[in-house]
Amino acid sequence: METVLVLGATSDIGIAIAKKFASKKYNIQLAARKPAQLEAVQSDIKIRTGVYCTVHEFDALQYHTHASFFESLNPKPDVTISIFGIMDDEEDAFNDWALTERMINTNYTGAVSILNVAAKHYISIKKGDIIGISSVAGDRGRASKLIYGSSKAAFSAYLAGLRNKCFKENVHVMTVKPGFVYTRMTENIPLPKPLTSTPAELADIVYNGFEKKKNVIYVKWFWHYIMLIIKNIPEFQFKKMKL
Amino acid sequence: MKHQIANWGNYPVMESDEESFVFAEQLDELIRKDDSFIPRGNGRCYGDASLSERTISTLKYDKILSFDVDKGIFECQSGITLDQVLIVIVPKGWFLPVTPGTKFITMGGAVGSDVHGKNHHIDGSISNHIIEMDLVLGSNEVITCSPNSHADLFEATCGGMGLTGMITRLKFRLKKIETSYIRQKQIKAENLQELIGLFDEHNSYTYSVAWIDCLKKGKNFGRSILMLGEHAALNDIDEEKKNEPLKLPKNKQLTFPFNMPSWLLNTFTVKAFNFLYYTKNFKKEINNIVSYEPFFYPLDAVLHWNRMYGKSGFVQYQFVLPLDAKDGLIAILHRISDEGLGSFLAVLKVFGKQESMISFPKEGYTLALDFPVRTGLLSFLDELDALVLKYNGRLYMSKDARMKPEVLAAGYPELEKFKAIIKKYNPDGKIRSVQSDRLLLTSPN
Repeated sequence: METVLVLGATSDIGIAIAKKFASKKYNIQLAARKPAQLEAVQSDIKIRTGVYCTVHEFDALQYHTHASFFESLNPKPDVTISIFGIMDDEEDAFNDWALTERMINTNYTGAVSILNVAAKHYISIKKGDIIGISSVAGDRGRASKLIYGSSKAAFSAYLAGLRNKCFKENVHVMTVKPGFVYTRMTENIPLPKPLTSTPAELADIVYNGFEKKKNVIYVKWFWHYIMLIIKNIPEFQFKKMKL
Repeated sequence: MKHQIANWGNYPVMESDEESFVFAEQLDELIRKDDSFIPRGNGRCYGDASLSERTISTLKYDKILSFDVDKGIFECQSGITLDQVLIVIVPKGWFLPVTPGTKFITMGGAVGSDVHGKNHHIDGSISNHIIEMDLVLGSNEVITCSPNSHADLFEATCGGMGLTGMITRLKFRLKKIETSYIRQKQIKAENLQELIGLFDEHNSYTYSVAWIDCLKKGKNFGRSILMLGEHAALNDIDEEKKNEPLKLPKNKQLTFPFNMPSWLLNTFTVKAFNFLYYTKNFKKEINNIVSYEPFFYPLDAVLHWNRMYGKSGFVQYQFVLPLDAKDGLIAILHRISDEGLGSFLAVLKVFGKQESMISFPKEGYTLALDFPVRTGLLSFLDELDALVLKYNGRLYMSKDARMKPEVLAAGYPELEKFKAIIKKYNPDGKIRSVQSDRLLLTSPN
């Protein structure tokens, strides 16, 4: 049986993805900053699916621990999924460097740090899968997602580069770009229903994309076309728009 | 963010702030806010019991914590729905000790309403099978209660409509089964008298319930189909089914796609429906083996069946009368039949003995009916209330959206004790609903 490492397992999306892979009989390694919170998720996955499920402490910002964290995993995961990320209020972040730095370091630097470690391992054994949850917000910089969007843009570029680097080593990298998702984080934001997915729908789409070895997937699929339009608006026009 | 919510009857509808939690710390934060709230599960009570300007949803707090497959003891967080529990326990040879007519309710909601099923006369209501549970009070204090520890809190929480605190964790006993099938018997009764006789005759069956055509008058008044069932033993099922005796039923689901225009539901169409429903059973008696799904959850096969009643919604009216009040049952059914207000479903069931503080079931006949919301309905239901009280009956709070506080008080002799316990554990009325304010269980701001 193969094993999946879920980095950022306390988020709604993390739990949904862990449950989905468990239902497909993958053993699960749940990793998060507060592992104590994951006990109930662990028992739930075990009892519902019968797979082996373990809990691990992982802090995206503690880069120096990432190598030893990955080293300590036994067995080594066959699939590594990076889900963690934070989205602070952009106005607050713009006015407070600490918030900006934390957002960049979690969403980009931390992700690069741990995925470099995983990729090195997969390259050494010539086998493995990496899935990164980025965002449609990374497709074009705009005011309302100034820092978050740019950190995700950097992460998307990293995943594309990693895919290129790993291709000849038989290691696959998939980029996931969700649009709106109903999570606790977005509970107080009105979201347009047709454009928004539930964490469970997102997990289904991620799993199907993983099975088909897709490179980049948008969730839901039409976000691809929405972003295509947004990306093609000329900059002289775009800069005047309120987005 | 405020958005519109309603429970299963789509009446009433209101604007509410709905927030959820995945971890206990998050619930703690939500309760710390100043605003009052009511816990909410899957919104399958019918009226306004889980409506409030602020609701805290348990739906994301739905993890299974332990399952002792040998002893049949299940422990979970309160937001898990019964269908999720069944998927896990049935293949291991266990069943819910009590289940209402839908599996789309949460365990927390099941206890908050102290739900009953077709086996009430044998197994009692769900609270009978709860070993212990955790409650988070409005003060953020967490209390573990059981029939032996904080017994007052336990008793007032079973059927207490969420007013004592937020149920977060439950541990309960399951029922052993050999197969996932039901040995079913259906008997047609020509009238109410015959039906009541049949109930008595078959009272040793674990499961029993009857569907009544309440528009029939004259000698066929109360014609009905009595449905009886037992969990099928291995020997009851055929060779093919024996290969996988605990198989889960296939998930085939229809959706009622839109709100039906309300004019479509009239005396004529309801009569036609009831005629078809009654005559589809060609023989007087049918005996067969069916999966548990159609036996327990016939309506769950159609998602959003409540849309059948149109945009204005419906009220479900459920009351119980003591066993010696057969006259009352007849009087009320006559009153409904005369009014011709139309009810697809009239479900009759005999309750066994139950002593509890605020739970609905008590020994006697319980009848549940749907009424589409129309002009004049509310005053008609007030008339029915008077009849129910005249025959020493009472109404089910989980179905209620309009009862007057004095009707509740007259039906529940221990109401003052219940109110005192709410005062003790929820002194500031932090936990309250539209219903609890209406019924004066909490005081409106």
